[in-house]
Amino acid sequence: MTDDIPVLELRGITKRFPGILANDHVDFDLRDGEVHALLGENGAGKSTLMNILYGLYRHDEGEILLHGKPAEIDSPHAAIAAGIGMVHQHFMLIPVMTVAENIVLAAEPKTSGVLLDIGEAERRVRELAERFKFHIDPRARVQDITVGQQQRVEILKALYRNADILILDEPTAVLTPQEAIELFEILKELVAQGMSVIFISHKLNEVLEIADRITVLRRGKKVDTIAREGATEEGLARMMVGREVLLRVDKRPSQPGEPLLHVDGLQVIDDRGLEAVRGISFDVRAGEIVAIAGVDGNGQTELIDALTGLRHPSQGTIVVGGRELTRASAHEFLQEGVGHIPEDRHRRGLVLEFSLAENLVLHDYAKRPYARKGFLNPGRIVDSARTLLREFDVRGGGPATRASALSGGNQQKVVIAREVARDPRVLIAAQPTRGLDVGAIEFVHRRLVEQRDAGKAVLLVSLELEEVLSLADRILVIYEGAIAGEFGPSATEEELGIAMTGGKVAA
Amino acid sequence: MTEPPQDAPQNEPLGEKPDAYAPSVAERLAFYQRAGGVITPLITVILAFFAGGMVVLATGHNPVKTYKAVWEGTGLQWFFQFGHHHIDIPFTNHQVFFWWDTNANLLAPYNLQQTLILTTTLILTGLAVGFAFRCGLFNIGGQGQYISGAIVSVWVGSSWAHMSQGLHVFLAIALAMLAGAGIAAVAGFLKATVGAHEVITTIMLNWIAYWVGSFLFGRGGPLQNPGQGGSVPISNDVTPSGKLPTFWGNPDLQALHVGLFIALGALVVFWLMLNRTTLGYQVRAVGFNPEAARYGGINVARNYVYAMAISGAFAGLGGAIDILGWQYRLGVLDIQVSNIGFIGIAVALLGRNTAVGVGLAALLFGALVNGTSTRGLDPSVFPPQLAGNLTLMIQALVLLFVGADVLVLYLWQARRWIGLGPKAPPSPQPETVA
Repeated sequence: MTDDIPVLELRGITKRFPGILANDHVDFDLRDGEVHALLGENGAGKSTLMNILYGLYRHDEGEILLHGKPAEIDSPHAAIAAGIGMVHQHFMLIPVMTVAENIVLAAEPKTSGVLLDIGEAERRVRELAERFKFHIDPRARVQDITVGQQQRVEILKALYRNADILILDEPTAVLTPQEAIELFEILKELVAQGMSVIFISHKLNEVLEIADRITVLRRGKKVDTIAREGATEEGLARMMVGREVLLRVDKRPSQPGEPLLHVDGLQVIDDRGLEAVRGISFDVRAGEIVAIAGVDGNGQTELIDALTGLRHPSQGTIVVGGRELTRASAHEFLQEGVGHIPEDRHRRGLVLEFSLAENLVLHDYAKRPYARKGFLNPGRIVDSARTLLREFDVRGGGPATRASALSGGNQQKVVIAREVARDPRVLIAAQPTRGLDVGAIEFVHRRLVEQRDAGKAVLLVSLELEEVLSLADRILVIYEGAIAGEFGPSATEEELGIAMTGGKVAA
Repeated sequence: MTEPPQDAPQNEPLGEKPDAYAPSVAERLAFYQRAGGVITPLITVILAFFAGGMVVLATGHNPVKTYKAVWEGTGLQWFFQFGHHHIDIPFTNHQVFFWWDTNANLLAPYNLQQTLILTTTLILTGLAVGFAFRCGLFNIGGQGQYISGAIVSVWVGSSWAHMSQGLHVFLAIALAMLAGAGIAAVAGFLKATVGAHEVITTIMLNWIAYWVGSFLFGRGGPLQNPGQGGSVPISNDVTPSGKLPTFWGNPDLQALHVGLFIALGALVVFWLMLNRTTLGYQVRAVGFNPEAARYGGINVARNYVYAMAISGAFAGLGGAIDILGWQYRLGVLDIQVSNIGFIGIAVALLGRNTAVGVGLAALLFGALVNGTSTRGLDPSVFPPQLAGNLTLMIQALVLLFVGADVLVLYLWQARRWIGLGPKAPPSPQPETVA
């Protein structure tokens, strides 16, 4: 279906922000009926470019051509009128309204010119959903449907406004692996029906799976545009980061020692009073990485909470280094040498309003040398922070910088610096690379293997199978709060995938 | 996921004209927090005074003249009246040169003393709200904690007349702080154990203190002064040994007492406690992000109790200082008309819960309350019966504008459109370590 004239062409787009050149003469073109991925690290200028296209920003130089003709897009309204739809990373939906109401918002079908024709709205939405093979109930309230379905509502919103160019900004960041697969099915269907899609991402595997062509941005500049055929993850990573990146962690076979974390028959109740962890038993030995793989919401969060003293188990025992800590407090777990990289660094891992120095002593603020007799020693706290920030290559601020001022990757480095510097015996890492780009992921993975090699027991809880497979020495699959199978490091994604969805597999 | 500013415009409201520099919401808030330290409270106050002036104008009076009279009523102009004067060095017969005339019989120094007496108490009730705020708690109970402190100090101060002065004052103050801490800790305890919201419980505790006081000093109450046939609902007087020393002015006419230095000391203690102790670290961590504090091994529930108790101790100290410093007795009427604990909320909000801010805001409100009092304000300029309302109005407007701080920020940024200020917000400056 390719045409000679691209549906969309950006020529020499330049955008300056105070102190930053966000886009530097970027060229980009979108052909009819293709998925064109825009790949780059956080801060590479992907979102800026797309916000210019969507009329949220005005470019300083360059031009935008639609179907070969210069176009003036100075507002989102103009973008929508030109057939451009955008699905933002953060959805712009009204939770208490229904799917159909959200979709027709600001372009409602009316009866007698004033009244909302809700029946007609639902009919049109249903028709649209059927045409593109979406499974969605127009009458459901947005607050009651899953994140994946909300994303489909956003896509339908664009389709309802007759978009033929769809921009998706990091669409899989909020999705479970299953939902991501469903999204790809939908995108294939859209392209088959003549839509053109710009897919913004920093995840290499999904770009290779869905895109026809890939444009890589680095520090505001276009590196290259390549076809999917022949592209490799390694090559893309090099283009993105500008240096060689190790995607598969280089590690020696593990030499496990004595068990440092022993869990037996653990049962944990979640906030709704339901049993989220149903009798889990396992050991993590010194010098090995044990991964817990599973689809989100199968009891991982509650398991981690119990293993760090943030939630008391209803039954079972937890032993750390020979000491039973089943109903101990978070403080006691920390004192016994349990390090914890939490799954949500904003909610839990960092006090965003605190300085980096203050965040780095979140566990040990009351201990020497950071405090004596109840009084803090700010000099020591800042000194130690300076050392750690250098050692862990945290960029974007010094000890006095607020944690909220850092990028996600650097924030995660701060969390890891804190947990690793405490020299824990057991390190629990919950989704340690969520939202990070390849350079930062490599950093995190290397640190976790280092900890393993230093004789720590590392428990990795991750939703990313790739991460699990590249790091783990043993893999436990969790399904509905129980262990559904144990695998060695050479397990395949298929094996794990079956266990993750409840198909029992012999260990 | 947080991205650097150049890549994070997703939160931008749709439809905004992109021709100007358009910072994201997060950027705006960050800028606001940096600038807000000094600028927004200032704008807040200016706006409140401006609106107050409009009302004065609407009543047919001259706002400029009125504000000038208020200013004179505060006694603050005393600082600008330089001359060649002398000051006595206490406990000696020596005098040294001083720029200001300290003769307390003049109007300006007298007004200033009254302003500072009010400032003293407002610092303490402001700190009571501010400390809890730093732990994420909204302490509306400053009034009740203040009354508790006043009740206990008047009881201690009017008993045990034969104690030495230092010990008597110390005991009265210590027990008053304990009383304030105790009543506030109840709210903290309820929050920590059953999750009862501190706003509700502190309001209820205010009424408990109010009625307990009314009962104790009311007619036939256990602490009522039996003199005058028991007809006046008032306490016994504080004995001379229980009084705080005064250092400026005539003690019979409410002289300035050393409580001012206690309050200034409390500001230092507040800052030290928050920024230099492990307890303060915990309190701030809980205030900013209780979940992260819990993850860090901090006992969140316990900190709610501690923070409330410390807050209550500040307010209780305020009550004690008022009683021992100039009031010397406590009547049912005093308890029922007092609102100094509530003004403390405005002080803390305007002062952004920092030591310096609370000190300055307390001075502002102390001056305002005194300057618009019937005694301070010249009736020929503005009717005194309206003046008290002017105070309340400015106070309410300050609260309103503090609540609407984003609006204030918006106005601050608007100066760009009228050709003032920089074209874009300044680049982020590293904050000093707290």
